[in-house]
Amino acid sequence: MAAVDAAAFTEVRGLRRQLRRTGVSVNSALLYASLAWMAIVALAALIPGVLATDDPTVLDPARALQPPGAGTLLGTEQYGRSVATLLVHGARSAMVIGLLATTFGMLVGSVLGLIAGYLGGWVDMVIGRFIDMLMCFPGVLLALIIAAALGSTTTNLILAVGIATVPGFARVMRGQVLTVRGHLYVEAARSNGFSPARTVFRHILPNALAPSVVMATVSIGVAIVVAASLSFLGLGPRTEVPDWGQLLSLGQPYLANSWWISTFPGITLTLTVIAVSLLGDWLRDRLDVE
Amino acid sequence: MGFVIARRVLAGIPTLLGVTVILFITLRLLPGDPISAILAGAPATPEVVEALREQFGLDRSIPAQYWEFLTNAFTLNLGTSYSTRQPVSEMIGQQVGQTLILAFAAATVSAVTGIVLGSLSAIKRNGVVDGFVRVTSLINTSMPSFWVGLLLIMFFSFTLGWFPATGSGSLSTLVLPAITLGLAAAGTVTRLVRNSVIEVLGENFVTALHAKGLRSRLIVMKHVLRNAVIPTVTVVGLQLGGLVAGSVIVETVFTRQGIGQMLVQAIGGQDYPVVQGVVLVIAVIYIVVNIAVDISYSFIDPRVRTALGKG
Repeated sequence: MAAVDAAAFTEVRGLRRQLRRTGVSVNSALLYASLAWMAIVALAALIPGVLATDDPTVLDPARALQPPGAGTLLGTEQYGRSVATLLVHGARSAMVIGLLATTFGMLVGSVLGLIAGYLGGWVDMVIGRFIDMLMCFPGVLLALIIAAALGSTTTNLILAVGIATVPGFARVMRGQVLTVRGHLYVEAARSNGFSPARTVFRHILPNALAPSVVMATVSIGVAIVVAASLSFLGLGPRTEVPDWGQLLSLGQPYLANSWWISTFPGITLTLTVIAVSLLGDWLRDRLDVE
Repeated sequence: MGFVIARRVLAGIPTLLGVTVILFITLRLLPGDPISAILAGAPATPEVVEALREQFGLDRSIPAQYWEFLTNAFTLNLGTSYSTRQPVSEMIGQQVGQTLILAFAAATVSAVTGIVLGSLSAIKRNGVVDGFVRVTSLINTSMPSFWVGLLLIMFFSFTLGWFPATGSGSLSTLVLPAITLGLAAAGTVTRLVRNSVIEVLGENFVTALHAKGLRSRLIVMKHVLRNAVIPTVTVVGLQLGGLVAGSVIVETVFTRQGIGQMLVQAIGGQDYPVVQGVVLVIAVIYIVVNIAVDISYSFIDPRVRTALGKG
């Protein structure tokens, strides 16, 4: 886990390549399925009321631990709330943390990488050393210490997960800038007397951005999992409605008899990561990034 | 050779120092008050609070506290736990063994799974087996490790009753946590073995062996794997550091003894010295493993040796 692991992404890449070679149309079917899944998750995040009509804050001990099917689609947890309803209402927190943490990591990381790659010299060395040090903390661990240090609110969780993704973005951007900087059109921009700012933002950045954009899609999936891990460990925000990670840990004591409490959030998390990876790989093809 | 090793080890020192600075500052900037954690709700006069601040060195400036932490760390004195009043190094010493056993067992799981699946899918490249391995790898790498752990508990502890769901010490309690942690790392190994087996299969000596009339299975088992597995060994080595960190989650899922579980509890109880000590130990293991792997490269591949020497 170099900072943040994106193994799922590499798996997706190989799978789609193979499908393409064997000429199976499963490839586009997978893509549409991913889009459909993410559309559902997005809808749940934006207007949960459409997908789940009951109130996720109302506890009803009389309905506790009901198996899936009987009355509720995915069963109920120990306080009588419907697992399906909780999953729908947990989507917002997952998406908000996934998107904002990635945005933060991408902004900070890309700026660091851009500065290091463009200026080179001692600036590059200082930033490089700093990134190396951040990388000495495996992803989850880094997020864990930061979350512990800042305290468990949603904003802090976003920062913690976001900081954990900074090194990855910084490295990708730095490498990309180093490649682009050597191109003739950059030389041309410079010899035309353009200011460094104009050279960087008009000529280098647009041509160096694609890999970071692709990495951002993957990073959303990773961020959702890291955030869920922290929630599972009890370091997430303490909210009235549990997020996916908390719901998984709520179900842990009931694994023996009420498997559905942990199983459905687990499946939801997994499907979301797969969908995000597939979409990321599709984007990689469209942007022609290797 | 000695020069190469010394160079690499020396390069690790500033990184390690930086890690201690980042760690120390992060933990000192937090808003929570450790004194209230030490008191754990017990009523105390301002004098008692002052005495506690002094006892744990919290009344001094942050640079002074850092300098003390650093000099003490060199003598393996990591401070005293706020909650148990036990020396942190002693607490870690009691628990780190369990975590290392788990990490090594997980590395074995990762290596075995990776080598078997990777070579199978390389031999039947782009066939059904290859596709199957890809799909399972994708699902596996997309599943958070705590969820994999819970699934294994459901199936192997509750349904089949083969292994205990929680606990530590005996071999049977090691199986499920090791599989959980090992599977998380197995995807990378599988991919690597697949690629390197495919590469070795295309080499001239393999063609020569075929021409000699050797059976395919024998060629793969005796000749191809031996050559393909060398890079795998290093990657599994590299994974060890990550596996120690992954133990934080896996130990919590299986309520297993170890420094990971210790860390989570210490964070909950705002027990800084313990948090600091455990994270430092994990970071040191991570850095040391990386250096060791770098050095082992130069033993395996002479080209790297010269590159590092010039380097």
